Amino acid sequence: MSLLMLITDNWYDIRDLGNVSHEILYQLDRVLPYSLVYIIAALMGFVASFLIFVLPSQLFVGVLGERKIIGRMQSRYGPNRVGKFGLLQPIADAIKLIQKEALTPKAADKAVMYIAPIVFVAPAVLLFAVVPFGGHSVFADIPVSIVYFIAISGLPVLAAFIGGWSHANKYSLFGSMRIVAMTISYEVPLVLSLLSVVLITGTMRLGGHDGIDGIVQWQRDYHIWLIFLQPLAFLIYFFCVSAELNRTPTDIAEAESEIVAGYLTEYSGMKWGLFYGMDIGYALAAAAFASTVFLGGWSMFGLDRWIPSWLIIIAKTHLFYFIFIWTRGTLPRLRIDQLMTFAWKFLLPLSLANLLVIATEKVIWNKATDGNFDNFWVYIFAAVNILLSVAAVFIWARLLGYRPEATPKRPRLVNTASGYVPIPAPSREVR
Amino acid sequence: MTVGLEHFLVVGALLFCLGLAVALSKRNAIGVLMGIELMLNAVNLTLLSFSRFQDTPHKVAGQTFVVFVITVAAAEAAVALALAVSVYRNRQTVDVDQLNLLKS
Amino acid sequence: MHGAGPNLAFWVLAALTLVSAGGVMVSRNLLHAVLFLIVSFLGVAGFFILLSAPFLGMAQIIIYVGAIAVLVLFAILLTPRAGRDNGETRWAAPGVLLSIALMAVLLFVITDTKWTTAKDAPEITAADLGQALLSTWVLPFEIASVLLTAALIGSIMLVRSPEEEAEDALQ
Repeated sequence: MSLLMLITDNWYDIRDLGNVSHEILYQLDRVLPYSLVYIIAALMGFVASFLIFVLPSQLFVGVLGERKIIGRMQSRYGPNRVGKFGLLQPIADAIKLIQKEALTPKAADKAVMYIAPIVFVAPAVLLFAVVPFGGHSVFADIPVSIVYFIAISGLPVLAAFIGGWSHANKYSLFGSMRIVAMTISYEVPLVLSLLSVVLITGTMRLGGHDGIDGIVQWQRDYHIWLIFLQPLAFLIYFFCVSAELNRTPTDIAEAESEIVAGYLTEYSGMKWGLFYGMDIGYALAAAAFASTVFLGGWSMFGLDRWIPSWLIIIAKTHLFYFIFIWTRGTLPRLRIDQLMTFAWKFLLPLSLANLLVIATEKVIWNKATDGNFDNFWVYIFAAVNILLSVAAVFIWARLLGYRPEATPKRPRLVNTASGYVPIPAPSREVR
Repeated sequence: MTVGLEHFLVVGALLFCLGLAVALSKRNAIGVLMGIELMLNAVNLTLLSFSRFQDTPHKVAGQTFVVFVITVAAAEAAVALALAVSVYRNRQTVDVDQLNLLKS
Repeated sequence: MHGAGPNLAFWVLAALTLVSAGGVMVSRNLLHAVLFLIVSFLGVAGFFILLSAPFLGMAQIIIYVGAIAVLVLFAILLTPRAGRDNGETRWAAPGVLLSIALMAVLLFVITDTKWTTAKDAPEITAADLGQALLSTWVLPFEIASVLLTAALIGSIMLVRSPEEEAEDALQ
């Protein structure tokens, strides 16, 4: 009974932390000057979104869980020495990184080299400002949140670039050029896929609640997640964002075996640690953004009446992050020309076609219902879009000459440790 | 002191003049281009501050103009940098003092 | 502009923008100049947000910081044997004098004019901007897209390497 008391619309309603912070700020506003309350609100938002959610997730899901899961996927133990199940491994890592010597090459541009990690960290903090954790608990509820997100997520590339350039090292410069070239290439289909989302929802605000338009609110209103309505946009977004995040299937910018960790070559100690930690931070931000835009954000088909909305979005974020870990643990690294070809020849035409289809559907929707948009058409569009997406992906891949690889019927590497058995040659030509 | 239109205009004017100084005095062609970008930014700033503080029948006109200026600036930067690279291919320099082929 | 927040933001942004624009002028290393330029662009984006045009501020960050600055960096890296110092030409002094004179004129005009200012900021959303671009200003909009296409094709043709052109000539 006492639990049910909490689920009311009083200020101590734990389903929406925005109510609590609103109440605290309202009480403070009576006694303190306005500008101080402003700063306190900013600090509270920072603490709530970053220190409670991002940092622990980063440490325990990003640093530890990722290594554990990848270890399990690759048939080995992850970290298991420090603490129970290796739980203290992130802390041990941090201590190791802090006490390492910070090396600086003689020819390096020292000021730029020191600034680059800081510039790399700042946007990661800024990105979480627009992620809605509930109807009212958005730190910065700006009406152009999607554009904000795209704009801010373009900044770390510059930091990686100047960091790589400042070392006066050939391999670092290669890494920098690669990351910039790849980010610019993948930015185009990414923006186009998000444009189709904006087109169908008609708003650029991420959150929204009853009465305020927003992408999450749109998905609540029509009882559908955008991943079902726009599967192709979701796929394109996923590929593009994993390419921009520089994680293993696409980490050509820091490929250890080719260019010796790219722009991170000369970084050591905590400067390297900032890059490494914030890579996970960006992955979390991308996961939170994707689950907000495509997976319904903090809403869960009415379940958000009963479960705190911030728990829902955190769970979705971690689910999405698991897919990042999965691709990282199982896929081999691609070559740079393969990645560029994929962006320009595969993703870009598909995203343009997707935009065209969505625009047509929006017009049909508008005409068929005389401006009163209803649910019925959304479900029809969802079915049509799923079919069209599958067809488009397969046909376009065929046209470009991608074929399903010859999949091995049994494990090619012999599972006994006794000896090396050469892999039998594939039966047909593998492209 | 409350910040008004004049303050924004002063910032825009200072930025424009700094950009002009950079564009006129730099030896590297890419440096000249950077000055031009600064000037375009100052123009955008001025346009937007007029659009914010002046009561006009066309409220959106100022912002629309800024959109076009940004578009043209992007196109201009791409072409100018392509020119710089192509000049470099032929002359091995982008120093505007040394690009005096017509002066025999 | 009412309240302490916007006023403070104005002064901070003004300092940031102008100091980093000065950095473009005085820094001796071309790449440092580009970094100062980026900071200046960010400051101008902040001004846009302060002038209640958040969409344009974001567009400024995407286009100037994300695209133009990167282009400039690429152009510097693609001209490796050119000078990396950010020095002045022999004709620097007249240029600087000219800009100082222009600054004096502009400052005089700004301070001398009595500006009539509106009280409140007009509410302009991104939707309004898009509506205006596709109704009232649709002709310049289309011309801008043609201009972008021309710039795209032109710059690709300009930087094509001679070997590629020779290959095309053979076919």
